[in-house]
Amino acid sequence: MSDAHMSEGRSGANLSVPNADALDKAADVEGRSLWQDAFRRLQTNRAAMVSAIVLIVMAFVCFVGPVLVPWSYEEIDWDILEAAPPNFDTGHYLGTDSLGRDLLARILQGGQVSFLVGILATSVALVVGVTVGATAGFMGGRVDQILMRFVDVMYAVPLMFFIIILMVVFGRNFYLMFLAIGFVEWLTMSRIVRGQTLTLKNKEFIEAARASGGSTAGIIARHIIPNVLGVVIVYVTLTIPQVILLESFLSFLGLGVQPPMTSWGALIAEGAQEMEITPRTLILPAVCLSTTLFCFNFLGDGLRDALDPKDR
Amino acid sequence: MWAYFTRRLFIAIPTLWVVITVAFFLMRLAPGGPFDQEAPLPPEIMANLKAAYGLDQPLWWQYVNYLGNLLQGDFGPSFKYKDFSVTELIGQGFPVSIQNGAAALFLAVLVGIPLGAMAALKQNSGADHAAMTVAMTGIVIPNFVVGPLLALIFGIWLRETMFALPVAGWNNGALPNRILPVICLALPFIAYIARITRASLIETLRTNYVRTARAKGLPFRMVVLRHAFKSAMIPVVTYLGPATVFLLTGSMVIETIFGLPGIGRYFVQGALNRDYTLVMGVTILAASLVILLNLFVDLAYAWLDPKVRYE
Amino acid sequence: MTSVLEIENLSVSFTTPDGDVEAVTDVSLSVGAGECLGLVGESGSGKSQTFMAAMGLLAENGTASGHIRLDGIDLLSADEKKLNTVRGDRIAMIFQDPMTSLTPHMKVGRQLAEVIIEHQGVDKETGRRRALDMLDRVHIPEAERRLDMYPHELSGGLRQRVMIAMALMCEPEVIIADEPTTALDVTVQAQILDLLMEVKVNLGAAIVLITHDLGVIAGLADRVAVMYAGRIVEQGSVADTFASPVHPYTQGLLACTPRLDVETEALETISGQPPNLQSLPTGCSFHPRCPHVFERCQAERPLLERTPSGQSKACFFNAAEAAE
Repeated sequence: MSDAHMSEGRSGANLSVPNADALDKAADVEGRSLWQDAFRRLQTNRAAMVSAIVLIVMAFVCFVGPVLVPWSYEEIDWDILEAAPPNFDTGHYLGTDSLGRDLLARILQGGQVSFLVGILATSVALVVGVTVGATAGFMGGRVDQILMRFVDVMYAVPLMFFIIILMVVFGRNFYLMFLAIGFVEWLTMSRIVRGQTLTLKNKEFIEAARASGGSTAGIIARHIIPNVLGVVIVYVTLTIPQVILLESFLSFLGLGVQPPMTSWGALIAEGAQEMEITPRTLILPAVCLSTTLFCFNFLGDGLRDALDPKDR
Repeated sequence: MWAYFTRRLFIAIPTLWVVITVAFFLMRLAPGGPFDQEAPLPPEIMANLKAAYGLDQPLWWQYVNYLGNLLQGDFGPSFKYKDFSVTELIGQGFPVSIQNGAAALFLAVLVGIPLGAMAALKQNSGADHAAMTVAMTGIVIPNFVVGPLLALIFGIWLRETMFALPVAGWNNGALPNRILPVICLALPFIAYIARITRASLIETLRTNYVRTARAKGLPFRMVVLRHAFKSAMIPVVTYLGPATVFLLTGSMVIETIFGLPGIGRYFVQGALNRDYTLVMGVTILAASLVILLNLFVDLAYAWLDPKVRYE
Repeated sequence: MTSVLEIENLSVSFTTPDGDVEAVTDVSLSVGAGECLGLVGESGSGKSQTFMAAMGLLAENGTASGHIRLDGIDLLSADEKKLNTVRGDRIAMIFQDPMTSLTPHMKVGRQLAEVIIEHQGVDKETGRRRALDMLDRVHIPEAERRLDMYPHELSGGLRQRVMIAMALMCEPEVIIADEPTTALDVTVQAQILDLLMEVKVNLGAAIVLITHDLGVIAGLADRVAVMYAGRIVEQGSVADTFASPVHPYTQGLLACTPRLDVETEALETISGQPPNLQSLPTGCSFHPRCPHVFERCQAERPLLERTPSGQSKACFFNAAEAAE
């Protein structure tokens, strides 16, 4: 009896090849469930889920809402011409600003600017950052050194001042602002992507894929991109509020969007002038901006917790 | 140690040069000139003005001149405040800004580090969650929202009470006039520093050497203060470098909101008025400050982590 | 022999997001003065956690039940303050990784001296002198100079000597060495083992040697306990255990250790994977990997019992019966 068991034990010891196969399969299953797992984790994070819903609703209202509001953001109600309280008869659901323009319409328009800046400037940062970071990480050597030294130098410079100089020199152009903000925010993105690519490049599973004859394109598509993607998504979610903040900051100082167009930052600046008489003109845009920033941060944190393998 | 420091210095100087050069040529690239007005000036007056400011010289000569003057601490004449040189304007504004900035940073360290440390030591307690929610709020809600709101509360709603505070003006640096601006400037730093301290201390408390210290039978207080704290402060010190940048941009906001005569407001005014020399001067000053503070951060690093000294 | 450290029915469990995990289950052990107990097992077998519990160093999500007595003081029920009067003074631990176990921003001398300053209330001067003595005793060359060095300036072997010196500062009754040689080069390993041997002979302390390396145990320990999946599966004198192991797991472990005195053609391995503590097999935890497994092993858990030879094992399989 014992002999039979012994031999079973021995044969078990030499199962290295089928074992590796089984492991490979397990890793595959793991890989697919990584995203499902992350999504499941995200769903259990109430703050992140609520934030996501609030953001979707806000964006929807900002872009669709103006159709339903009787006044446009630049239209002056000549019957009022001052900051008036909310009045449903005149169609000023949130009242008017000091010039008699509809506050709700202006807040919605400001929201459009914020969301647009958030998406466009982040895209600029994403494209530049991923390109530079991935190039530096993959190429390594001199290219890596030069690019990263450049990023270091840029970090040591107060870039806000340069954005403002750009706005001064080339006029306060809406699209230039997107570009300028994007060009500031790419720095961190490039560092993150470079770091990820570097570690991935030297990871055993990449080497294994290479050793087992995987093509470069296949390795990038199947192993590198899915692994970098998580970090990039998290960082994008956290970049959007920073970008929105930068735009509002510029507009608050009068260096961003120009009248009659407006943004939440510009509305806060206007509201601050009027707060003694109508605190509403300050508080409403302030609440909108803060809520948006809050939600993006919560969502970003939630995504990071869900996707970051370190916390597992 | 000194090799390390001089190497840093050798990176700092070219960086500053690049900043100056880029700022200079960007400004000179600008379409139109600083003297463009609603009604155009007669050509001969324009020519005189340009000559007076040296703008009739070839570009490279202007650049060399500007660099030469900079070395002597001369930022050139302001294009808008006709009777002042930029150096004079900065000389007036800088003390105001630096006092506010230093006070805010001091306040932030004084409040932020204990707050973060408390949260770390009572991890996942109610106090921890409360502190971190407040910190999140401090980070997310920007200065230019907090500033007007504080002004609204303390300047208007509480106007008749003992909590009333002045919301505008510098009043030669009277204490009540400084309170709101400094708090407003400090809030995001308090929040950041608290978060960084918490995360870093939690991580340090999990290290093997903290375990060793506990195994020695040292009281927990001593374990934290003697063995964990110094290492935990490294990320906080690192943050102080970028914090200078925030401080500088923050000063633009609070000086605008509270009407303080600092360089931040000069910069914004200069940008709105296209006062090129002023904008350039402040930018160069800001860049030098940031670079200088990063140098200090590097030094502090060496003190906190002995390994750095020998690299 | 009277035992200095006594562990009775110790269980340690950790709460994790995926449910509770029991790392140590119902472990009883004891060590006497001048005795060296070897504790062997794979990583995750609970050997380190057993003594982390004794030192009050369990991670925050860990809880321990049972009793751990040091000369009558129950360490498990002691509060932090009480514990601090004992650890470092009467019971000390040498950790696995000397690279990360010393505080990087403090000079070595200060780290050594603070132990004795804390427990014996001596002044800084005396503390420093005692630290110097101790560095000499663990054969650190140029000890005077090393006192003013930072840990990163020392080699791995020297750092582990510093760790040992630190543990010896107050001449404790119990010294726990957790994988003291694992992170070191092979040549340095031998030196550190020699040093531990010296400490054992000279100091008369009870030494617990935690390792996965049977060779280390053979050289140093008097008694050995083998842990598997949080339980002790075999215990006995080193001589008996190495000559005739009674538990199949120990037999497997010995079979996969290269030996100089026995000629073997190929090294054995133990089949299968170390157990997942979150879903342990029914019955005997070792049964899926056991070459002698039979029905009873899957249904019932064997208890640690004495064998006629004076060893202890937790196994139903009886070689003598099977041979009949």
